[in-house]
Amino acid sequence: MSTTLTSTPPVTHRRFEPAIVGAIVYREWRVFRRVWFSTAFGSIVEPIVFFIGFGFGFGALISEVAGLSYFEFMATGTIAIGILFSALFPGLINGYARRTEKHLYDGQLAAPVSVAELVAGEALWNGLRVAVVAVVTLFVALAFGVRMGPGVVLVPAIAVFTGFGLSATGAAFAAKLRSWHGIDIIIGAVVAPMLVVAGTFFPLDGLPRWAELVGRANPLYHCVELLRGAVFGFPGFGQTMIHVGALFVFNLLAWLAAVRLVRRALID
Amino acid sequence: MSRSPAVRLRDVVKRFGPLTAVDHLDLEVPRGTCFGLLGPNGAGKSTTMRLLTGQAEADAGRVEVLGHELPGASRAARAVSGVVPQVDNLDDELTVAENLEVFARLHRIPRAERAAAVQRGLTVARLADRAATPTSALSGGMRRRLLIARGLLHGPQLVLLDEPTVGLDPQIRQQLWSTIAEIRSSGVTVLMSTHYIEEAERLCDEVAIMHAGRVVAAGTPRDLIERSIGREVLEVAGTPAALADIEVQANAGGLRTRRSGTTVAVLDADRLDGQPWARGDLRAPTLEDVFVVLTGEELA
Repeated sequence: MSTTLTSTPPVTHRRFEPAIVGAIVYREWRVFRRVWFSTAFGSIVEPIVFFIGFGFGFGALISEVAGLSYFEFMATGTIAIGILFSALFPGLINGYARRTEKHLYDGQLAAPVSVAELVAGEALWNGLRVAVVAVVTLFVALAFGVRMGPGVVLVPAIAVFTGFGLSATGAAFAAKLRSWHGIDIIIGAVVAPMLVVAGTFFPLDGLPRWAELVGRANPLYHCVELLRGAVFGFPGFGQTMIHVGALFVFNLLAWLAAVRLVRRALID
Repeated sequence: MSRSPAVRLRDVVKRFGPLTAVDHLDLEVPRGTCFGLLGPNGAGKSTTMRLLTGQAEADAGRVEVLGHELPGASRAARAVSGVVPQVDNLDDELTVAENLEVFARLHRIPRAERAAAVQRGLTVARLADRAATPTSALSGGMRRRLLIARGLLHGPQLVLLDEPTVGLDPQIRQQLWSTIAEIRSSGVTVLMSTHYIEEAERLCDEVAIMHAGRVVAAGTPRDLIERSIGREVLEVAGTPAALADIEVQANAGGLRTRRSGTTVAVLDADRLDGQPWARGDLRAPTLEDVFVVLTGEELA
């Protein structure tokens, strides 16, 4: 048996090494190859339930919202909800389980890996994963007869761009979690308002002024507005750039917060 | 830089709230040796190990690993050290080969060398025929071998083994001992923590006895025994009352004793000359005797 494993590790150590982010993404990809079916199943069935329930149920009562049919309005909201669930929950649940029960991060951080790379890798992966979820939802919407413009090709990019920050948000909360019970608080206080006060199922401008302002600070609102722009036509360059800028700021803040909190949770 | 010791700790303090886990610790591990940190649970061994990978940051003092000062240069230090953790942290969502492949990437082993590194890792772990098995299906001994192979994958100069055989069958423990002996003979520095005396005696060139976050004695096992115990120990069996009596007599004669279960060990037995109460079996002193004498505590 040979125990001397001679190889030449690279000698340069940059503060942030994209190759290590790639290694984290690679790890997730290997796992996904085995479990893709449950992701795919969920992302097909969930929108069908929403489309039938809200689309036909509510759609019978409401004919038009913000220049779109209610079904079109709600369908793009459903894509955003898929992005929210499929990015925030893995960030939160994996973040907690891998830190406390699986000790996965302990192993990874004993290698020359920084918390910043670890968080970025997992958030990037969840972003890529929700792009798949968003595309699957688009196809379901297409099957339900939603008409789409050429901008629809931008949907995966919007999904990655929002999913990164939402996953990092989940990771940040996971770092503060002391037991699984805390997840109930996060669902009630964070996920539910983000889901509802976002212009997903109804427009923000019908809400009380304070709730409307809260909604405008919700990254999912900017996501859903960009999705509607991509699928049905953008409102105008300035308005679109406000949404892009808001999501950019959100991604940056969520990543920085996650790095700080995860670092504090993992390094004594 | 190549002349610096593998590990150098100077006056290192690490506190967790009111608890001082590492208390003004000084430690130096020469390159190319197998060095044992010996101590009971809670002595500060695992915290010391975490200080060496940057996963804990000292409140005071200096920590150097292979010439890199931590925590600042922790990444450079981690690139040339390998860690075999006490708590099993294999990735159970992946296969045996994937576990190695991911770590090859985390260590940035160049693409062209990666497959060969994974193959060598499988050989070291003796799991070549189980490359595609999910790690969740491995036995405890196999998992520990894979953890060791993962820690060696990138050809580290220093290997940190935290309680490498804790909770394993005696037979598997023997296997791992031979693996550790091979790592050491290949020129890699080994720093291992253990609370198994026999493990330290068999494998380590030098040991440091830790107690309450400090090193209370360090040296070769032989040195430590001769310095603090002498050449012989008399082990006397008897009823609790008889044992208590022997303790009184021995202590009155200036001899140290150690009670364990149904026997009393009279240390410094070479200074006994035919006392009537001294009837028992002479045996060679062990590191365990040293430990008890120095710390006043039995090992778990």
